[in-house]
Amino acid sequence: MSDIIIIDSTLRDGSHAIRHQFTESQIKAYAKGAEKARVPILMIGHGNGLGASSLQLGLSRLSDTQMLKNARAQLRRTLLGAFLIPGFGTIKDDLAPAVQIGIDVLMVASHCTEANITRQHIEYGRKHGLVAYGVLMMSHMLSANKLLEEAKLMQEYGASGILLMDSAGAFLPEDVKRRVRTLVNGLKIDVGFHAHNNLGMTIANSVAAVRAGAKIIDATSRGLGAGAGNCQLEVIVAVLLKMGYKIDLDLFTLMDNSERIIARLMTKPQEIGTVSLTSGLAGVFSGFAPHAKAAAKRFGVDPREILIELGKRRIVAGQEDMIVDVAHYLKRKKTTVSDNPIEALI
Amino acid sequence: MKALNKISVGILGTGNIGCDLLVKIQRSKYLKCGIFSGQNPDSKGIKFAKKLGVFTSFETIGAIIKKPDLCEIVIDATNAESHKEHAPILEKLGKFTIDMTPSNIGKMCIPILNLKECLSEKNINMISCGGQDTTPIAHAIMKVHPETNYIEIVSHIASKSAGMGTRDNIDEYTQTTCDGIRLFTKVPKAKAIIILNPAEPPIIMHNTIFAQIKKPNLKKLKSIIYSIVSKIQSYVPGYQLTLGPIFENNRVTIMNQVTGMGDYLPKYAGNLDIINCAAIKVAEEYAVRKLAIES
Repeated sequence: MSDIIIIDSTLRDGSHAIRHQFTESQIKAYAKGAEKARVPILMIGHGNGLGASSLQLGLSRLSDTQMLKNARAQLRRTLLGAFLIPGFGTIKDDLAPAVQIGIDVLMVASHCTEANITRQHIEYGRKHGLVAYGVLMMSHMLSANKLLEEAKLMQEYGASGILLMDSAGAFLPEDVKRRVRTLVNGLKIDVGFHAHNNLGMTIANSVAAVRAGAKIIDATSRGLGAGAGNCQLEVIVAVLLKMGYKIDLDLFTLMDNSERIIARLMTKPQEIGTVSLTSGLAGVFSGFAPHAKAAAKRFGVDPREILIELGKRRIVAGQEDMIVDVAHYLKRKKTTVSDNPIEALI
Repeated sequence: MKALNKISVGILGTGNIGCDLLVKIQRSKYLKCGIFSGQNPDSKGIKFAKKLGVFTSFETIGAIIKKPDLCEIVIDATNAESHKEHAPILEKLGKFTIDMTPSNIGKMCIPILNLKECLSEKNINMISCGGQDTTPIAHAIMKVHPETNYIEIVSHIASKSAGMGTRDNIDEYTQTTCDGIRLFTKVPKAKAIIILNPAEPPIIMHNTIFAQIKKPNLKKLKSIIYSIVSKIQSYVPGYQLTLGPIFENNRVTIMNQVTGMGDYLPKYAGNLDIINCAAIKVAEEYAVRKLAIES
């Protein structure tokens, strides 16, 4: 047994980086590698989970069931997980088929203030013998105590653990420590952390989470993910080992998976671009970046201005259609105002 | 027809939807509220109704079972689970039932698409706010382009306007909205997405309709959508087209927003308005027919 449960979200959150275009052979190869590396939980699917393949968020190459079936066939010890945001996937159309294929773990996620929309899906997961985790997204938007209240709801619905997601990559280690510690002290179940790399803090923040008592760390091979990417799986495992934690994963195989499978399918380096950095600073969902770039081009405005404005409006993940609206607004505004948006933010 | 005759409506459920319906009924020429019934004697809704001088109860359906004469129409604004229990009871009592929950029991109703057929039913279902908003547009798209293979709708509503009924039934809400679009438009593949937005100040309800169409006739689409919008506006005054139809990336996009009448919740809660205005439209049509027969 490891001291920390490592969740591998490469084939879920990582799919943002390749616009949800994983192929069957890539899924098979990576799942095989994860099994070999003794990854405890492997998450599969569209970047936003079951039922999220859409014109709003981007269409997957493969259906949820195709992805899950391909991974399922490769896994023995490694548990198969799916992710679901209520309002996107439904029990009938999406979750029941995933259960049928044999998922073991279900993560049910909501915006950090909306935990009471996760009841039905957490309960459904528990009823069908799954390990159900609650995920609070955009957790930088809420104080530690408020997050605890929301997490308690998920605990009451039957969640086995709560993951705080730094969806915008906006946290610094102190922010993580405070929130994780509050949850660890206030809950009876495990606490976990899912980092984004907009400010280059994923490893530092994940370490801070573990030091504050987190028992679950969510990461992706090579840091594959939306915008600046996620916490790099092989790196955080190496760091935790170096810190003296017992982690029963095969580090060299994790490195091989990263080098031989993920590096080869990446269409661009997983780096912190200007737009991702700005979104971390503005505290908006990292996945907005490509949409902001496209809208900026179309309307002739600076994508950084779009992200700052989205942050001001407290736009949340799933509201990608608002980006065009904001770009349009900025274009109209451009002729009259010339303030510095970054300054206004700080 | 006697000038002052009104048909009596019972409201089950004293949350946001129930209270907003109450205000709208109080204003109606054809309807009056005979009973406003919930579970909790201290609820905000019960206090609100008492202030308006409306007869209240905290026995929910029990109040109507005891005194069936209190109402001819029942609008159920509880939740999908409860409506499953209420539906057979109300049918036995012979009440014309308008179900506001996404229980998917009764006949799905979008007033501008199938109001007449619904009036002869015993139990009709108002689908969801997102369904009321987007189904007529999706229906119009399919009329112009029956070859459309995929329609997707996205509804954004302010967190503050989503009460516990919506939250407890978020799964049925999403599924029923999608099923409604499939049923009315016959599109081979449909998807519904609902997003609760916690932004402050609260956002006005807005909706996006996407349709995958290879060669859209935007001129035809525009004209049919404009005419549908003005028909919806006749019973949902705050319904407004905000974008489109536009064509990009092999998809047609249409956006609209609904500003509420500010009856119970503030104007951002257009989601309450669109489903409640639709329900009132049905109840009034039912009442008008009934009153015409009686007179």
